[in-house]
Parts: sequence; structure tokens; C-alpha cells
Amino acid sequence: MSEAGRKDTPEQAEFRQHCRDWLAANHPGRPPVRLPQGALELSDPDALHWLQDWQKSAYDAGLIGCDYPAACGGGGQEGFQAIANQEMMQAKTPYLPNIIGMGMAAPTILFHAQDEVKAELLPRLLSGEDIWCQGFSEPGAGSDLANQQTFAERDGDNWVINGHKVWTSLAHFAEWMILLCRTSKDDKYNGLSYFVVPIKDNLNKGVTVRPLIKMTGETGFNEVIFDNVVVNDRYRLDEVGAGWKVAMTTLAHERGAGPMVTPASGGMALEEDESAQTSSVHALIDLARQQERNGKTAADDPLIRDDLMKMMIRQAAFGQNSRRMGVPALTDHPMRIPLQFKLVATELAQDLQQIAYEVEGAASSLYVNDDNSPANGRWTLAYMNSFGVTIAAGANEVQRNILGERVLGLPKSK
Amino acid sequence: MSEQPKNFGFGEDETMLRDSARKFFQDNCSADKIHAQVAHDPEINRPIECIWDRDLWQQIVELGWTAVCVPEAAGGIGMPLVAAVAIAEEAGKAAFPSPLISTYCATAVLTACGTDAANAALGDIAGGTATTLAITNQKGSWHSSDTDATIIDGKLSGSAWFVQDAKKCDRFVVSARGENGVGLYLVEASAANLDITPDGIIDLTRDQAHLTFNGVDCIELAAAGEGDRVIDAAMPTILTLISSDIVGSGEWLLQTTVEYAKTRVQFDRPLGFFQAVKHPLVNVMLDIDRAKSLTYNAACSIDAGEDSIELNARMAKSMASDMGVFAASRAVQFHGGIGFTWECYVHLFFKRIMHNHVLFGDAKYQRTLLADMVIGKAA
Repeated sequence: MSEAGRKDTPEQAEFRQHCRDWLAANHPGRPPVRLPQGALELSDPDALHWLQDWQKSAYDAGLIGCDYPAACGGGGQEGFQAIANQEMMQAKTPYLPNIIGMGMAAPTILFHAQDEVKAELLPRLLSGEDIWCQGFSEPGAGSDLANQQTFAERDGDNWVINGHKVWTSLAHFAEWMILLCRTSKDDKYNGLSYFVVPIKDNLNKGVTVRPLIKMTGETGFNEVIFDNVVVNDRYRLDEVGAGWKVAMTTLAHERGAGPMVTPASGGMALEEDESAQTSSVHALIDLARQQERNGKTAADDPLIRDDLMKMMIRQAAFGQNSRRMGVPALTDHPMRIPLQFKLVATELAQDLQQIAYEVEGAASSLYVNDDNSPANGRWTLAYMNSFGVTIAAGANEVQRNILGERVLGLPKSK
Repeated sequence: MSEQPKNFGFGEDETMLRDSARKFFQDNCSADKIHAQVAHDPEINRPIECIWDRDLWQQIVELGWTAVCVPEAAGGIGMPLVAAVAIAEEAGKAAFPSPLISTYCATAVLTACGTDAANAALGDIAGGTATTLAITNQKGSWHSSDTDATIIDGKLSGSAWFVQDAKKCDRFVVSARGENGVGLYLVEASAANLDITPDGIIDLTRDQAHLTFNGVDCIELAAAGEGDRVIDAAMPTILTLISSDIVGSGEWLLQTTVEYAKTRVQFDRPLGFFQAVKHPLVNVMLDIDRAKSLTYNAACSIDAGEDSIELNARMAKSMASDMGVFAASRAVQFHGGIGFTWECYVHLFFKRIMHNHVLFGDAKYQRTLLADMVIGKAA
């Protein structure tokens, strides 16, 4: 973050100042309702609408979709989204709700949809007016994503879709879905195709959305049943049978390794200061100073201190790896660090949050619904939710296979 | 706020130097050559030897590598520490037996002295005088004010322990306690009344000794009461150099074990097919990347003269130490029965890493000090 602004071109510096000025004058302030820790857990329509208003205002001011073509409702720039993201983080704005749309659907549509469809869908996606969800996983297709059973059958200019999607975050609010499905049973990988599908328009006209409940008691994700849902062929992305390739564009972006930078605003508006974050070791150190353990504060306990320092070192290493990634002379393989990103970030947060139980001691038993739970119960809640991301977006065991195979060149495990 | 460059200060000159070091080691220090050299006698009670290639050292001196860290004002090339770190990493990757890294550590202390005597010694290092530190007591304390040597009327008594590459070096930088506190003193290896007793050590790629002083002449480098401050000032550099050595050795072990996992076949599959092998090797890789980035960050922050150099160096050493132990243990384990033998090269690197991971403080020690710095001293 200390590099922000250092390497700006004059145009970028001007844009950065614009972001700064606009944010200073238009920060949405504190939300009127309690927000979940992330957009994927959204279940309260009031919370969603408040966040949508925030995203729309930021979009209208040019902070969202800066790097997308103007014909698609974007800013037509290059390298501006990263600047807007930095400034939104600095200004501690709320997170943007259309996270699946911006992070996964938009790049996929940009690279694989027809121009008319891009122009039709992207403006309302970037503004947050249309919420997007992702129909990839199925009961029989998790880690083995290609084992798709949801089937789209050609019928003239249309396709008729039948099947069952699962873990579909935001489907209960979504206008649209990016859908991976099968169009031929002859070949596992080459029989897949990719569509964008209207969800809200088809609710109770073939599409059924049923909430699934996480171990935390929060909703936010669903199963989605397709019963003869009709979609026009214009909404097919890329060629019939190219679905796997298109899905790879989606997944690369989901894992932070795609060319497009996802608009992101950090979500630091939940509290005013950094110490509220459940991904900050310094926040955990502060908590440790307030908790007692074996007759002294937890921050004085040698074993807790050692664990906290281990986490601090891992966090520092993560930042330095991101830096070294940009120095070819100091990297051993161009994808060695980028492909680690998802794996390392999710485990770092999980391990940090696990230590909080020991820091909190008996009080770690208290849940978010108890006024006495330390730090409003956010650490233990975050620890449980951390499994959502060590499992999703390519389970970390799969990530290790990818790293072992693509970076180290070890034989494939299949 | 950090003023550090995006590329860690690793520019064209540094890249060229690193690449030439890499080539030098590839051409002159292959693992089979090192093994034949230092592992020629497996006998547990073999005589203690100091094995190294003086011709290679001479070449290294002529290439200017000992001058790399010496400030220009003292007759050196005055390159950033990042450059020495890159060379040290390549040396670790080759498990190279030499006084190079020890000399770099002594260079750091001499540079922090700031006296004429120290600068003269630096000039000699630039010219190829191998020099090492003798600043540790018998109990193995890494604390700068702990020494078993004393100075009375300009002569040294007592002892210094765990002296790295002692038999390869021409000179020692000795910490000794006088009336006014700890000072630093330069001693010739050939000095009268100095006993250099080699230790029987596990690491085959270096030698180590303890020194006994019985009224030994010396030159003052830092006055009594200044010595511990000087050592503390140089310690971040020392820790960073040792971390680089571990990073290099770790990468060698990773790549070697990966190669083995690709070729060794059991149950009709190459070993690396099995996730119980693949996943820990990936975990080793992740740890190496952490250690490497933290080490470059430490070197760069030292070059930039930041306040955070001790924090950065201790983070690097903690990560490097833990990574080294892990990398070494997986390398032996995943080579199976072969990895357990003397004949296999893996143990050369295993032992070098196990030696380095404790040197100047293991990971837990670093974290104890870091906790005091970051959280504050425990009540």
C-alpha cells in the first residue's frame, strides 16, 4: 500500500485524486442495519439495497469497471481499477455487493460473450443493479467440476436446461447466473458449454432457489433447480463444447490470477479502525492484551506470543511475496507465486482465527448472539466461515495438486 | 512508511553478479564434487578436518566477491547487501565450503565499528583476507554482551566458542569484556598464545572451533563499552546472510527431491503422483518462497537504512530456520531408504541447514525477541 501513487502516470494520478476527492465527499457512512462479514453472506434485503446504492454511486462516479470498455459501461481505461480499489480501501468504504458479478461474471462475459450481450449485461452488472450468481458446483461436481450433469438441450434458437446446482451464493437475490453445464454426454470435458441465464425472470417458471444454511447459521448460499428453463442461444458464451475453457477464465479470476482486476473496496466500514479485522494479527494482539490467561494477560503468555509472531511473519511474507512476484530476476517460475495466492491467503486467515479461541479462553464459547462474547464474537464466527473459502474456489488440496503439477512438474494425481 | 524500491534494489548489476555466482558454482561445485571432497570418510570417529578448495577461494577473491560488501571508502566495491545475499544464497545452494559467508558476517561488524582500525581490516577483506567472528560464549548465548573473553592491558584472555570457519580464516573479530564493558578486537590466526581447537561438528561443509586466549595481542576495533552496540547494529545483516544460505540449500533440497519424486517408481507410479508426497513438497515450496521474500526484504531495508531492520531480519531468520528444518526433513523422508544413506548427497544439505537454523538464534528465539519488540515485554 506504501507504493500507492509512487508509480502513477499523470492520467492515473489525476484519476487517483478524483477518487480521493469523490470518496471524501461521498462516503456512505455507517449502514443502518448489521452487515455480515462479506457479501456472500447477505440475507437481509435492506442490507443488500443499501450496499447496492453504495455500488451504484461509486459506479456513477467512475470507480467501478474503470478497465472495462466504454461500450460495456466501463471507463475504457487500463490499470485504473487497482487505483480505485486502493483509494476505496484507504477511505474505508463498505464492500461492494455484486462480488460474483464483478469478480467472475464480468471478465468471463468480456472475453467470451457476443458484443451485443456485453453491452446488454455489463452496465447493470458493474453498477450493481443486477446481482449475479455462479452456477458451477453440483452435488456430483465439486472438486471434479467437469463432472457436470445439468444439461442444456438445443431446441431451435433456444436451449432447454434441466439440472441441479449447489452452493450458489446470492442466487436468492440474483437477476442473472453464469452457468456451466453439459451439452453433450460424449466427452467429459469437451461436452461442456457456458451460458448466462436470467434467474429472477425465471423464478417459479422453471427455476427454484432453495436456501442452504451454513454451519454458522447464516444463509447466503442456495441450491438451484432447473426444470425446463428456456434460454436463447445469444446467451451462450463462446462455442458449443468450449464451456471448460470459458470456465477457466472464470476460475482464474475467482482465484485472483486473471488479467482483469476485480473492483474491491475492502469492507472496512464495519468499524472505524483496523483492529476490528479478523485477518489482522495486530487486531488479535490487541484482543490478547484484553484477555486473561493463567494469571496474566494472554499477550504475556509465551506460547500465545510465539503463535502471534508466527502469524505476523506469515503475513509479512505474504506481502513480500506479492512484491517479489513482480521482480522476474528474483522469481523461480512465473506462476509459482501467483498460483499460491488463494491457498496461502485462506489458510493464513484460518490459522490466525484459530488462535483466537485460545486467546479468548472460556469466552470463546460465546456466540455472536451473546453480548458478552469478546469482539462481538467475530473471531470465532470468522474461523467457522474460513472453511467456506479453504474449501470453495478450488479446495486447498486441489490447489496443492495444481502447484505440485504446474509449478514443480510432479506427475498428475489422476 | 517504507521507502523501499519495488525490486528490492536488485538491479542489473546485482542480477549479473548473482548469475555469475550461480554459473561459478554450477561449474565448480557440483554436489558430487562436494560430496567426494567433504564426505570422503564416513567414520563417526574420523579425525577432525578442515576441508575446502583454496584455489576456488583464490578465484573468488579475484572475482571481487569479498569486496562486494566492503564500503568503497574502505577499499571495497560497496554493493548493496542484496548482492551479497544473492551470492550467499547461491553458496547455500552449492553447500559451498569456504570462509565467504563468515567473512561477510565479519564485514558487517567491522563496518558498524566505524574506527580506522576496523576500516583497515575491511580493506584487507576486500583484498581477500578471510575473517570470522569470535563473539559467542561457551553457553552459546547470542546476546551481544555475553562473552567468555576478557581484555586486560591490551591482551586477551579467556575463550570464544562456536567460531565459524575458524581454520579457513586469517583473522578473528573477538568480543571481550574489559573494565568499561565489551569491546571488539582484531586477532591474527597466527598470533602467539592463541589456541584454535577445532570442534567435531555434524556439518561437513564448514569447520568450527573454539579459541583459547592466553595473553594474546590484538588491535582494538571498538572500545570497551561499544562492542555490544556494534554487534547489535550488525546483527540484522548477519541474520539476513545466514537466512540466505538456508534459502539456497532449501531450494536445492526441494528441486532434488522433486526430481527424485518424478523418477522413482513404486506401485507402478512415480512417487510424486501420491499426494502424501506431492503436498508436503508444495508446502516446502511455499515456505521457501516466504523465507526468500522476507530475506530480500530484510536486505533491502538494511540497504535503505530503515528503522525496522531488526524486525525484518529476525522475521527472515525465523522463517528461514523453520523452513530449513522442514525442507531438510522432507528431503530425507521422501528419498526413502536412499535418503537415509551417507552415499546420497541429501545429508550434506540437511546438515548444513540444521547447523544454520540455530546459528545466531533459531526460529523460536527470533520470535521471543520479536514478541518483545512488537507486543512489548511480558510482565
